[in-house]
Amino acid sequence: MSEQSSKADAYWAENKRLMVILLVIWALVSFGFGIILRPLLSSIEIGGTDLGFWFAQQGSILTFIALIFIYAWRMNALDRKYDFDEE
Amino acid sequence: MSQYALNLIFIGGSFILYIVIAWVSRAGSTSEFYAANRGVHPVVNGMATAADWMSAASFISMAGLIAFTGYGNSSFLMGWTGGYVLLAMLLAPYLRKFGKFTVPEFIGDRFYSKTARLVAVFCLIVISLTYVIGQMTGVGVAFSRFLEVDNATGLFIGAAIVFFYAVFGGMKGITYTQVAQYVVLIFAYTVPAIFISLQLTGNPLPPLGLFGEVSDGTSLLVKLDQVVTDLGFEEYTALNSSMFNMVLFTLALMIGTAGLPHVIIRFFTVPRVRDARYSAGWALVFIALLYLVAPAVGAMARLNLIDTVYPNGTQAEALEYEARPQWMKNWEITGLLTFEDKNGDGRINYYNDANEEAAGALAGSPQGNELDVNRDILVLANPEIAQLPGWVIALVAAGGIAAALSTAAGLLLAIASAVSHDLVKGAINPTISERAELMWARVAMAVTIGVATYLGLNPPGFAAQTVALAFGLAAASIFPALMMGIFSKTVNRSGAIAGMLAGLLSTVIYIFVYKGWFFIPETNQLADVPENWLFGIAPTSVGAVGALINFVVAIVVSKMTGDVPAHIKELVESVRTPRGAGVATDH
Repeated sequence: MSEQSSKADAYWAENKRLMVILLVIWALVSFGFGIILRPLLSSIEIGGTDLGFWFAQQGSILTFIALIFIYAWRMNALDRKYDFDEE
Repeated sequence: MSQYALNLIFIGGSFILYIVIAWVSRAGSTSEFYAANRGVHPVVNGMATAADWMSAASFISMAGLIAFTGYGNSSFLMGWTGGYVLLAMLLAPYLRKFGKFTVPEFIGDRFYSKTARLVAVFCLIVISLTYVIGQMTGVGVAFSRFLEVDNATGLFIGAAIVFFYAVFGGMKGITYTQVAQYVVLIFAYTVPAIFISLQLTGNPLPPLGLFGEVSDGTSLLVKLDQVVTDLGFEEYTALNSSMFNMVLFTLALMIGTAGLPHVIIRFFTVPRVRDARYSAGWALVFIALLYLVAPAVGAMARLNLIDTVYPNGTQAEALEYEARPQWMKNWEITGLLTFEDKNGDGRINYYNDANEEAAGALAGSPQGNELDVNRDILVLANPEIAQLPGWVIALVAAGGIAAALSTAAGLLLAIASAVSHDLVKGAINPTISERAELMWARVAMAVTIGVATYLGLNPPGFAAQTVALAFGLAAASIFPALMMGIFSKTVNRSGAIAGMLAGLLSTVIYIFVYKGWFFIPETNQLADVPENWLFGIAPTSVGAVGALINFVVAIVVSKMTGDVPAHIKELVESVRTPRGAGVATDH
């Protein structure tokens, strides 16, 4: 295996690891806190309802924004680390 | 000045703005027509994507659906934003690196097959057409109200305007016009929401007002739960449908978002791969501005509506029909709000007549619910219900129309490029001239708008529900093919074709059985009620299952057939790393 392709494999593995971590958070705040785990969070009150309702209507959206910017920032750093960036 | 005149000034003024921008930056060549020469900054592209994305479904319809269902429809909020996470991580950067113009082009090259490309064209047309029907529903609602005509006339006028508008410019014109449309629609959405939030909760920020307190010191949501249950409706903050369906529906909307051709196409227009990543983030920021306000709009509008009908509280007599406010009279003209005095007491008895216990406790002696409010009118009627000044009402009119127009134009462009670029040029006549290609694009737009208008007269659901069906179709067909194209080196030509067809057809047939064949009313085999659904899966949620079928079929068929050629494996390797993402090439 050439040096270039093993470098590409390592880059791809790191990319996938980052993606998996962020997608776990993505699923946790929406399908988890927002829907399936909502009954477990029902004791935490917020503005006349519970935390699960807040995650379903606001919290998940705010988390999604953070996830995309974290991904873009980490990936751009990864591009430079493995010398795959565009400049 | 009359409200009618104000509406015309705001709608007309915003139109002139869009047309001037479209004219100044009009498309000259095919490359400009489709992809704006890739000279678009990520923030600008994000804003244009947001305008493209937030359609009549988001602007006009979504808050109304949340208002009348409550928590259960949070799926729209999570689904239509969560899809951007998938798009940013799983598709956008790689498709930008690939560097072609259209989604079918990627599928055709990656799966080294003209057939795969044609199947993708077919999927794209089915998805976008369904989506346009939802837009036309919203356009009909908006135009009928603000021009004070009936719903069908409003739809015809709207269709004519959408047609001229989309045929006029290509992507480049659309990009800058859409920035203007975003600004108009976000102001139109948030300004009345701020007024209403201040009136009800004293908090100028609607997302905080939603969790705030009303004037008597109780929480807004507690108050809302109380009045809706008084009238026999389901509790607002509770889950009143199946959790399984809510999960599936949210998932279908998320995957569908990432598989929508007219959204994906936007990520071809940024200069670099890293801009594609940030573009998705910026798009979501601009989208979230509306999506964080929408649940507040829904809850507050529901409360205001009930306050209007029961001015002395839900325990007292309902409002007299003769004393009804002007906005009810206005919406009666469109036929989207109707009153029938069933018990002859001259009052608007509005309640859930399926709940007999609650009905018995109401003042007066209602003989059934007498007020029917179309969910799609709620956002547009919202400023009138809250008695806001005339210019706010006119602003909302311009915003609703901007939302519908921008998305309809983007969809028409996606269909046009699929037909002219992928079907005619890619498969039928590769030597076609640029001029003839553009002609085919315009013909495709005209046919689409005709079909969508016809079906928009008898839509399969409220605007956002029809649009949700389009998402299901995108989830089941395009998204899995793109994702496997990037993340797998073993899925081959036969697997991709079989997967896309299995996903699309299983989803489309499931939908047609309940919604009518080709959405023509009265042609459905089974009534669209939960008792009839297979495994309790709603037609709007089935896209998530279709996506799973697509993945499984593609992987199994690929295992049984041959390996992927070496040069395709190299192609997959190359899209995974950003270096060398030049400008797109046209074959």
